[in-house]
Parts: sequence; structure tokens; C-alpha cells
Amino acid sequence: MSAKKIDARGLSCPQPVVLTDRAIAEGNTEIEVLVDNEVSCENVQRISHKRGFKTQVRHEGYDIVITATKS
Amino acid sequence: MKNIFSTRAGIIAVGAVIGVGAALLQYFGNPPNMGICVACFERDIAGALGLHRADVVQYLRPEIMGFVLGAFVAALIAGEYKPRGGSSPLIRFFLGIFAMIGALVFLGCPWRTLLRLAGGDGNAILGIAGLIVGIFIGVLLLKNGYNLGRSHAQRKAGGWIFPVLMIGLFLLLVFQVSFAPGGPIFFSAKGPGSQHAPILISLIAGLIIGGIAQRSRFCTMGAFRDVILIKDFHLISGVAMLLVTAFVTNMILGQFKPGFEGQPVAHTQHIWNFLGMALSGLAFVLAGGCPGRQLFLSGEGDMDAAIFATGMIVGAGIAHNFAMASSPKGIGAFGPAAVIVGFLFCLVIGLTQRDKISA
Repeated sequence: MSAKKIDARGLSCPQPVVLTDRAIAEGNTEIEVLVDNEVSCENVQRISHKRGFKTQVRHEGYDIVITATKS
Repeated sequence: MKNIFSTRAGIIAVGAVIGVGAALLQYFGNPPNMGICVACFERDIAGALGLHRADVVQYLRPEIMGFVLGAFVAALIAGEYKPRGGSSPLIRFFLGIFAMIGALVFLGCPWRTLLRLAGGDGNAILGIAGLIVGIFIGVLLLKNGYNLGRSHAQRKAGGWIFPVLMIGLFLLLVFQVSFAPGGPIFFSAKGPGSQHAPILISLIAGLIIGGIAQRSRFCTMGAFRDVILIKDFHLISGVAMLLVTAFVTNMILGQFKPGFEGQPVAHTQHIWNFLGMALSGLAFVLAGGCPGRQLFLSGEGDMDAAIFATGMIVGAGIAHNFAMASSPKGIGAFGPAAVIVGFLFCLVIGLTQRDKISA
């Protein structure tokens, strides 16, 4: 199954977390979240870990991609 | 490198530093139960600049400048300085105005609400209750799809404006510039505005708190919001630590005086203490951060947060010029009307700004 993609760039707190949590609640097991700042990156990771997901982070220029997979 | 400040232990340590620091700033000369108050201090800055003429609350508070500059430096060092903006600036400006009006009906921002409680001011309980209810309403709007749209990367220099403004204000303070006989710049001869710690102590405290708060993402509104929205207790553990350490430090320094009547820079009109802070709490959720957090974000290049903070300073001028701000005697004549207008504004914004973001 392909990853659910979320573009949370430029969204202020707590939108990236809300969108990630919604995707998790919808039953997605692999989610790719695109953000553009460290704070959102930390927050998305925190909610993912809380919901039992593992995360991987990679930087792509200005953006940060967080891949969360159900563990 | 992992950011140790954004761990659970990190946020708790930051809360402790702010709690102890605030109580110490009061000990060194800041007004009672007002070691740090972002709203009050921005209001004092507005007064010093002559945006209002309430002559007891006029001073260029170095803590505010330190908050922005400390966060600016911390963000630069960490490689997190990213100028950005363009997410509904005018709405954020007005959210700042109404957040300030609400805070001045209660007489304090969330930080001071905690510090008032830690100093024994029972009226702060109403403030905290109001704050939580305001945040709860905001969370309902968030769940309903509220957002102010995306911000976009801006050119480097845009993000310097607010930090440079703070340096300018600090220079005005240091050189005590007078633009006309009698001012501006205005400095209170009596009242809370005349009570302040030595400039250097205030600035250094501000810089330290600005730096560690930027790293830890400390936010009093976010603390309650995250508990309500996602049952996350990360930020609130820092806020709880602030309350506890300020309380303990107050006990040690003899600054704890329990009661409702005669509390410093406070009034006992419970309904308006509650509603004032509820309005502020709602405006903070809609803008995405408490007044302190907005300053730290401004430091790291968030021009939308800087617009909100500017709105708060302008809002302080409006609140005092138009008899909306409270005083120890009680609420201002137009305080209730302003709170009602503020709620209407926030609800209209909260219900209409919900264009679907295609994720």
C-alpha cells in the first residue's frame, strides 16, 4: 500500500499534528508528512510515537519529510 | 543533533527556569506577581511610546526585547532561523488586538495568570478557568477545520525587522531619549510602570528565557490545547513546573500572600476575570500561540507572529485610550463591550476561516 501523503508546509501549530492524527485515525499505516520547520517536525514525530508509529526524517532542501510507519 | 530542550526533561527544566526567574525578577524590582507578564510588559512599552497615556504603566521593558533577541540568536545558532509569513496577517493583527484587550480586562497574560496564582492571588483561578474555556472553544473550531492558511518562505531581511525593532527600543531605553519635553519616551514615576529590575538583569533574564523557550517551544496556550486536543501532556509539564517553582521561590522570598482582596495589580470582578482571559485564550488558539510564544516565533523569523505581537502592542493602546482596560479598582467602563465584540470577532473568524487544505 502506498503511503498517505500530507503536505503540512507553512501551516501553523497545531495543524500539522491535527492532519497527521487524522490520517492515523483513518487507519493509514504509512504516512508521509511534509513540513518546513523543525518545530512541526518534532511535533509530528511526537504524535506519531504516541500513536505507536515509528518515524524516519529526511531533509530535502527547505523541506523536511517525516515518514511514519505503524510498528 | 538531538534537541535536548524539546524532550520531556527539557521542557520541565525550562518551566523551572522561567518560574524561578520570574519570582527573582520580582525580587529585583519588577511589580508584584508580575515578574514576567508578556501582555503587561507590551502594554508598558505601548505606554512608554505614548500609544496610551495611562501614566502608571509606561516603561520600555527589556524582558520583551530579550525574549525576541534571545530566540533570534538561539534560532540562528540552531539553524532554525527561517523568515516566513503571509498567513492572514490582518486577521492575526486583530487577533493580537483582542487578545490584549481580554488580557487587560483580566490584568495579565497566561504567564502572569500562573504567577498570580503562585503569589497567592485567588482571582487568578478565575483567569485560569477562563483561559481553559477559551482554549476549549478554540479547539472545537480547530476540529471544525479552522486554519489561517499557509505561510510562505520570505526573504532573509524580512525576519530581521522585529529583532532590529527590539534593539532600537533597547537603545531608546538605555539613552532615555526624549522626543519632546515631558516625553515620549514616557517613564512612569509611580505605579507598576515605575517598578522594574535593573535594566541589565531584565535584559539578561529575557535573553536566557528567549533562548531556551525557542529551543523548547514553551507555550502556555499550547500546553492546555494539546491536553484537550490530543491528550498530550508534554508542554503542560513545563507549565506546571513554572507554577510550582514560582510558588516555592515566592515562599522562600516571602512573596506569597494568599487571598482575593487587595491583590497587587488585580481586581475581584470574577465574571470579567473569567471572560477576559477566555477571550484571550480563544484568540491565542486562533493565532497559534500564547503571547510569549508569539515573541519567540517572531525572533526565529515568523513575520505572522510578529504581526500578532504588534497587534498586541497596538491593542494595549486601544484598551487604555478607550477605557477598556481594568485597574485595581475594577473593570473599565467599556471593558465588557470590548470583550463581547472580541468574542464576536473571534467566532466569526473561527467559523469562516476554514478553507479546506488539501493535504
